[in-house]
Amino acid sequence: MGWSIIRVWTVAVYLFMFLPVAVVVLLSFNDNQFGSFPITGFSFRWFIELWQNDAILRAFKTSIVLGALTALISTILGVLASLALVRYKIPGRNLISTLLIAPILVPEVVLAVALLLFLNFLSFHKSFLLLLLGHVIFTLPFVVLVVQARLVSIRRDYEEAAMSLGANPVQAFFQITLPLLAPAVFAGMLFAFTISFDDITGTLFWKPGGIETVPTQIFSMLRNSISPEINALGSIMIILTVGLPLIGVGIARRIAMKQH
Amino acid sequence: MSSVSLRNIVKRFADFTAVHPMFLDIPEGSFVTLLGPSGCGKTTTLRMIAGLLDPTEGEISIGEQLVNNIPMHKRNLGIVFQNYALFPHKTIHDNVAFGLKYRNVSDAEVKRRVEDVLELVQLPDVGSRYPNQLSGGQQQRIALARAIVIKPDVLLLDEPLSALDANLRENMRIELKRIQEKTGITTVFVTHDQSEALAMSDKLVVMSEGRIEQVGAPKDVYDNPESSFVADFLGTSNIIDVNCESADKSGVCVDAKHLGSVCLPREKARNASAGLAAKLVIRAEKLYLVAADTPSDLRSSVEGVVETVDYQGQAVRYFVRVGDLQLQALNMIDNQPFNEGDTVSLRFRPQDCVALKGEG
Ligand SMILES: Nc1ncnc2c1ncn2[C@@H]1O[C@H](COP(=O)(O)OP(=O)(O)O)[C@@H](O)[C@H]1O
Ligand SMILES: [Mg+2]
Repeated sequence: MGWSIIRVWTVAVYLFMFLPVAVVVLLSFNDNQFGSFPITGFSFRWFIELWQNDAILRAFKTSIVLGALTALISTILGVLASLALVRYKIPGRNLISTLLIAPILVPEVVLAVALLLFLNFLSFHKSFLLLLLGHVIFTLPFVVLVVQARLVSIRRDYEEAAMSLGANPVQAFFQITLPLLAPAVFAGMLFAFTISFDDITGTLFWKPGGIETVPTQIFSMLRNSISPEINALGSIMIILTVGLPLIGVGIARRIAMKQH
Repeated sequence: MSSVSLRNIVKRFADFTAVHPMFLDIPEGSFVTLLGPSGCGKTTTLRMIAGLLDPTEGEISIGEQLVNNIPMHKRNLGIVFQNYALFPHKTIHDNVAFGLKYRNVSDAEVKRRVEDVLELVQLPDVGSRYPNQLSGGQQQRIALARAIVIKPDVLLLDEPLSALDANLRENMRIELKRIQEKTGITTVFVTHDQSEALAMSDKLVVMSEGRIEQVGAPKDVYDNPESSFVADFLGTSNIIDVNCESADKSGVCVDAKHLGSVCLPREKARNASAGLAAKLVIRAEKLYLVAADTPSDLRSSVEGVVETVDYQGQAVRYFVRVGDLQLQALNMIDNQPFNEGDTVSLRFRPQDCVALKGEG
């Protein structure tokens, strides 16, 4: 008796979470011109219209560029920070580590306002660069966490062996440490990209006028009307933000398996 | 190939001194072993030679060159790590060829040298495999191949055999010695296993608590320990407190409780002086049990009762009570071992004993 209630409850929770997503995907293929039930036929017309909507394409391009740059910068900074924290006995290591992770713990709104106020104080204006900076700060902890965890498990004697054979520290890093770290670097990069790609809170605060990312574009479109294009856009977002990490995890596993 | 010399080397970690002032010469082409219990500073010493640790004080030279300020990747050393440290993402061939990349060697030469060294370690056909596809013993050989293919000036090995099981360990020991003799590379070997150390070394360095206790050829160190630490650590010894009765150029006589007066040749009692306390060292395998009614011979003799018999196949270890002393004897089994409770006669030759300065 008790168990069946829990079971029903669990199913209800999952329905509550995933039904809206399923509905969006379903409606994105609906021929009906109001983007709502009933379903009148299967069609790709909303995807085609999406493709022809300049504002959305622009937002899409902005999001991709922003996501890619965020991923690149976060990954480089994250790997360097992890190396410093794990491989070198720098003073105040724990404090630095905490500071790097903190953005995960602070509510995003607080972080967004704080960064904005800080840059106002320095009399910087909102710009794409500020937006990028915000995203880097926000995604860095994920990269650091993933890379650090892996780095701790890579024994020092691999690097020492490489150096004893004549590689200088930089060569040892690129020849040995980085390849062994690759799965984590890759995973961190994908994390950073996806988080940046579907972030809205911080982006709303930081973005300069005239620049829209996909989430802010959807947001502003929703204020006017609920266009069926949004369903199609939603479907694409779902594929990107769910599919990319899954592919990433698969590749990382493949690499890791070859090494062990 | 080069000699190595440590001059007044000290290593401190914060306020803990891991290596006290140490002087050591490692002759060109020799096989030198650092032997001592865990934590005595062997690895620390080896890592200073390698350049993985900076000595707090003192000078390290390799060949004629002072290397204190030379980073490890420019020292041209071969290092074999305890866990092999083969690069898991590279094939065996690429592992072995790794050091050659940094040495201006042509592709053809790389190919030839990798083939030769894989031949030398008797694993010619594994080049295309990955380290995780090899057994522990094979990985060990590859680690050695990778270290010697670069023709290092010095080969450093930190407990390289300790991860292998007993049988394999003895084979690898012989193999390692064969390869060292064939290549003639100056080798520094670290171990806490005395049988490895005795079997392989040209020169044995016994260490304890960050200090060198004794240096010498294995047989010398074994036969003439200079401290009770060395006597106790190498093999099994009975160490008995005695009084030194007389000492002159020809010999030294000590008075041992229950054993009576034992007179040793002078070279077996270098530090003993008349009238002072001393320690008499009798090796367990130099103490022979014979039946109580055996007629006396040229050997010293004392009567005792067998307390414990530890049967070991070809040999047997006895614990024998003599008054308030318990003596250990390690004897080959002739026909029938003695039993617990038997009264026996213990025989030993004074020249097999060593007398040490007391309280040393
Ligand atoms: N990085 C370090 N920091 C502090 N103490 C150390 C460090 N490395 C080694 N020690 C200490 O130095 C002593 C000698 O260590 P080690 O050379 O590794 O001994 P062994 O190799 O003979 O077992 C040990 O007591 C060890 O705890
Ligand atoms: Mg050690």
